[in-house]
Amino acid sequence: MNRFILAAAVAVFLTACGSAVKLDNVPVEDKSGTNVSQTGAAGGPGAGQRAVTGVELDKSNSSAAMQIANRVVYFDYDSFAIRPEFQSVIETHAKIIKVDKSKKVAIEGHTDERGGREYNLALGQKRAEAVRRALVLLGVSENQVEAVSFGKEKPAVLGSTEAAMEKNRRAEISYR
Amino acid sequence: MWSSQDWDNAKMLKRYLLILVAGLIGVPALAQFRVEVSGVGLTQVPIAIAAFRGDDAAPQKMAAIVLADLERSGQFRAVDAIGAAMDESSRPEVSTWRQKGADALVTGSITRLADGRFDVRMRLWDVVRGQDLGGQSYAVVAGDLRLVAHRVADFVYEKLTGDKGIFSTRIAYVTKVGKTYNLWVADADGESAQSALNSAEPIISPSWAPNGTQLAYVSFESRKPVIFVHDVASGKRRLVANFKGSNSAPAWSPDGKTLAATLSRDGGSQLYLMDATGGEPRRLAQSSAIDTEPTFTADGRHIYFVSDRGGAPQIYRMPSAGGSAERVTFTGTYNISPSVSPDGKWLAYISRVSGVFKLHLMDLATGVANPITDTTADENPSFSPNSRLIIYATHQLGREALMTTTLDGKIKARLAGQNGDIREPDWGPMQK
Repeated sequence: MNRFILAAAVAVFLTACGSAVKLDNVPVEDKSGTNVSQTGAAGGPGAGQRAVTGVELDKSNSSAAMQIANRVVYFDYDSFAIRPEFQSVIETHAKIIKVDKSKKVAIEGHTDERGGREYNLALGQKRAEAVRRALVLLGVSENQVEAVSFGKEKPAVLGSTEAAMEKNRRAEISYR
Repeated sequence: MWSSQDWDNAKMLKRYLLILVAGLIGVPALAQFRVEVSGVGLTQVPIAIAAFRGDDAAPQKMAAIVLADLERSGQFRAVDAIGAAMDESSRPEVSTWRQKGADALVTGSITRLADGRFDVRMRLWDVVRGQDLGGQSYAVVAGDLRLVAHRVADFVYEKLTGDKGIFSTRIAYVTKVGKTYNLWVADADGESAQSALNSAEPIISPSWAPNGTQLAYVSFESRKPVIFVHDVASGKRRLVANFKGSNSAPAWSPDGKTLAATLSRDGGSQLYLMDATGGEPRRLAQSSAIDTEPTFTADGRHIYFVSDRGGAPQIYRMPSAGGSAERVTFTGTYNISPSVSPDGKWLAYISRVSGVFKLHLMDLATGVANPITDTTADENPSFSPNSRLIIYATHQLGREALMTTTLDGKIKARLAGQNGDIREPDWGPMQK
């Protein structure tokens, strides 16, 4: 019952934030051993000793409506410093997370498109960890937050303009 | 009421539609690497490859595949062999071929056997000395004919250059089409691509195991980066790193027993070693900065990696047993994605120069480095196992594409998709 009320309270909060994000974990279905369609034609790939068996993962909806105001912290170019205007966002979430010790939160760091994928993954990780540290400083338990990075793989806005890149240098607070 | 002009237009339209339909059915998802920049000043062996007897009726044109392989290496130049009706048992008139300017000649045949397999035979001639350099024969199913053509190219390459050929090796890469990601395994020429993994979430950093049967890679399917090891023949996948935080940049030790990877489980992106079968990671190095993109040298004794411990990302080198790191790149403020040639002589990496990202090649003996491309968003170089070519990702014509280049940058070939982006190439090892 208690749990239900809490869940309802969270739902109300998130609705207030305008969130349409699916909070469930993405199911990962391993279809090992499933063949991808192969060109049956003689001489086509896969007919000989170099057969490759394809695996198809289920489509997930994790990217649906990711850009939600009030759970995104934006960063300057090449920076991991949390700008003062985002302190209130972090404080709001710290309160919510502290109320429910069962709540798990991922801080997802992102970068703009410039540079290598792995190095950007590490840069995004630094942004995520900056937000995680800020939450912990506000009393959130380390066990409730995980800092992860998507590097440049999941831009919020497509395009190479400075405006697009500004929107992509971010950390998203994602309830799981 | 059709005027003759309209009638012609209608016929033409019909023909275009037929071509379009044929194209949709017949064209594979990805095309072959095409040589697009040809340099001068390189020593190239002039070689003639006569159409194999039976090529016309065979499912794969052996001579054409062999020739395309050799040309892409940058070390061969085609000499016209049109009309030469020969096979592996013909004794060529060497003076004729010398007159055409050829130094070498390949002849062969392809014959369908009673059991449905194909018998492929070939012979290589040194037409300067009039010498038979040997031949090969194979009996294979139709699905292995391209592999046989690549093995013939390997044989010719090794006989004439003294180096091992890499045409029968495989490459892995990732495509993004719409919102779908695929991890592909293809022949080194980009053909015969087969999807090993299809996902709605990004896949990055594929890395071939030294045995050439498994790929390690980073998948975001569980809404965070985790590392899988994937057996490509069976499709069996094993989650080897799913620690708190991000798990990325897998690299195999040359004996295939150990993976180096970047984990953030203890805060910050740091380097770890772990058994390739999974298990508890051991911390390789400790810094308060970003350490990532580890890669082993071929002898397994050192690891090159990227660190911003000096304030900007640079490439460093350290013993794989642990110990102190030494800086390798000193020019520029952004040097990433190191790849060491299997012969240990070269370091390929991406350097940002005047705001653009270019593939650079460093002579490790002298430390002298130069850009070897004209593109501006190069990424992720990987050496061919004979250290003669580099495959890398870049942007061209608004798309992400793969290129190969010779080490002098003079011969480049491009692999572009019909649609979507191609990225994250990794060149597989030599295979038996």
